[in-house]
Amino acid sequence: MTMDDATVVTDGAPSVAPPTADAVTPTPATGPAPVADGKATVTPVLRVRDLKRHFGIFGGIMRRQVGTVYAVDGVDFDIAPGEIFSLVGESGCGKTTLGRTVLRLIEPTSGTLEFEGQDLLAVSQKDMRPLRRKMQIVFQDPFGALNPRMPVSDIIGEGLLAQGMSDGKQRNKAAEDALERVGLRRDYTRRYPHEFSGGQRQRIGIARALALNPDFVVCDEPVSALDVSIQSQVLNLLLDLRRDFNLTYLFISHNLSVVQYFSDRVGVMYLGRIVEIGTVEQLYRAPRHPYTVALLSAIPDPNPRKRKKRLVLKGDVPSPAAPPSGCRFHTRCWLRERLGNPERCVTEIPQLHDLEPGHATACHFPEEIDRSVVEQAAAEQSATDTAVAASA
Amino acid sequence: MTETSAAAPGVEEFPPPAPVAHQKGTPPPKDILLDVRDLRTYFHVMDGLVRAVDGVSFSLGRGKTLGIVGESGSGKSVTALTVMRLLDIPPAEIASGEIWFDGQEILSMPIDDMRKLRGKDMAMIFQEPLTSLNPVFTIGDQIAEQVQLHLKVSKKESWDRAIEALSMVGIPSPERRVKQYPHEMSGGMRQRVMIAMALSCEPKLIVADEPTTALDVTIQAQILELLKSIQDRTDSALLLITHDLGVVAEMVDDVIVMYGGQVVEQGTVEQVLLEPKAPYTMGLLESIPTSEKRGSRLEVIKGVVPSPFNLPPACRFEPRCPYAWEVCSEIIPPLIATQDGAGQLARCHLESSIGASRRAAAHAAHDLALEPDPDAQLTGGMA
Repeated sequence: MTMDDATVVTDGAPSVAPPTADAVTPTPATGPAPVADGKATVTPVLRVRDLKRHFGIFGGIMRRQVGTVYAVDGVDFDIAPGEIFSLVGESGCGKTTLGRTVLRLIEPTSGTLEFEGQDLLAVSQKDMRPLRRKMQIVFQDPFGALNPRMPVSDIIGEGLLAQGMSDGKQRNKAAEDALERVGLRRDYTRRYPHEFSGGQRQRIGIARALALNPDFVVCDEPVSALDVSIQSQVLNLLLDLRRDFNLTYLFISHNLSVVQYFSDRVGVMYLGRIVEIGTVEQLYRAPRHPYTVALLSAIPDPNPRKRKKRLVLKGDVPSPAAPPSGCRFHTRCWLRERLGNPERCVTEIPQLHDLEPGHATACHFPEEIDRSVVEQAAAEQSATDTAVAASA
Repeated sequence: MTETSAAAPGVEEFPPPAPVAHQKGTPPPKDILLDVRDLRTYFHVMDGLVRAVDGVSFSLGRGKTLGIVGESGSGKSVTALTVMRLLDIPPAEIASGEIWFDGQEILSMPIDDMRKLRGKDMAMIFQEPLTSLNPVFTIGDQIAEQVQLHLKVSKKESWDRAIEALSMVGIPSPERRVKQYPHEMSGGMRQRVMIAMALSCEPKLIVADEPTTALDVTIQAQILELLKSIQDRTDSALLLITHDLGVVAEMVDDVIVMYGGQVVEQGTVEQVLLEPKAPYTMGLLESIPTSEKRGSRLEVIKGVVPSPFNLPPACRFEPRCPYAWEVCSEIIPPLIATQDGAGQLARCHLESSIGASRRAAAHAAHDLALEPDPDAQLTGGMA
């Protein structure tokens, strides 16, 4: 599906059928290259294998390394051309670090990283620059991401200058074009960031990314700082731009409703690892990791008639500096509790394995998860909660 | 800026405005804990006058939950801060209004008396738990302080109460936690501490301003469940301020929707979220991304929130409203009872007789915008 688009669209002509239409048709079993397969029919835009990024914790007088934060700890995924791949997870799960690491804004500790078939890690920082034109990023905070002392023309033009467009007039023209593409007025180039609302600033951030005509854009929580009515405007804009410029997105978000609406495939992250990966259909209809189930169960539904029994996870995310042994989720896992706390969850690290083409989970007992089990678990949990509440 | 619609042409056709529940200067019935009447909070700033809250009225029954929904700049937080009397005057000015809390009018109350109420009978939970806690005092100190102040108990006893409050909000090993500082805790933990603090004196009213906005979705679920179970146990009333319609649907009995400092819709949660009458509420609901809308464009509310210095002359939503016609920029719409007569209120000409001919079309357009696309059927989350 999305791969077909890539072969049809060679010049990025806007007349091409919108890829958004694909999102509604069920993904065929041969969907985007399954992780374990490794034999993709089309060169993926991004190919990530066993990517790690660890940060040292330094302490004491000698500033010696006293610990390690395993922010990204062995991640595999592919993103096909024209696809929207989303990473979801709670704060501290490593999704933002991963998003920056694939652009080499943060250098990976180890692993393989290929962009359009080219090994990114073999490229020197100097040679990265021409490649960076093709890969851009939109940041979360529309207030922090724009330099308040620069007019919009400079904010957008800075990247063009770095890419060797030395003619100021030409840069200005490009900045105006970019503004127009994101639905802002051309003469806004003379204004400064404080003159804009949050939604407009986010559009400027998108215009800055687009000015370089990238193939691939990392969108790091692009709508989480925005009001609901503005959020939908920006999501629509991102979908339009993907259609018009044949973009590929890595979309990072903690908002599961937005991800479900917006993406083709989703990776769920927990403590630096992808615990489940699949198409939106696979993941939201039949999640096969207890963490995904809990995340989905936690989404508040705006329909008051659908007040549902929630599966509430106990406790907080453990520190990524001291991740639990075995399955990293075992300390909060409701399924493990139901199964009588099997030893295997504590001793053996579950690997991401395919359940069906394109859908993989890193749980030892995925076959134990189905709708009835989940409903039962939620009901039992609220029963114990009431018992606890009554005794308190 | 009062609703001068009575003087405008063609107004005799209006149904009478919603009856003001209680006479000015007289307390509301006993079962009403909080009664806010025609509240106007203005800010005097360099660029002029901001009418942040402009004629807001609502009441909250004992043990009930009321949600105030709106986007940034709608005046929902200022309403909460005015109720708690936490605004600095000046630059703020309370231009008019009465707030009756538990049989007393609190806007005219001396600030010393107000201090005795605050923390004891009415408590507030803020959005950002890190900035709301004092970093140089332990959690226990901060909870015990107000217990000592309000309940006049010994230091030892106030610490016991602090530990009890922490265990009530589900913090493990509270005896150890009371001696810790805010920075030693996670965001979810800190929000629990804030809630424990709010609960320590068993208040009659909890005002929660975006209590879960800064939290992750699984922690949000924990906190919402916690607030619900506490309400069941203590019979506190909850004024919940949020922009998240999902949270509202889960938590509240009644809702008011605010836009540009005014209430634009009011009703039970089912009325407002399932049968919205104000175009702004309709637009908010339509713009939520859902599984049903996959593959189709999201409905958007065009444009941006108007500048508080340059509000539209009549209906404040008129420039963004898909159903607006000439009347909407000429006559200020009052908050009126909706046509179905079940107590729901809306600030829209569509609900008055002058909009009668357009009403059905607007509602049909809203239903169409929400209608699931049959090609994009997804069952959504499990459980």
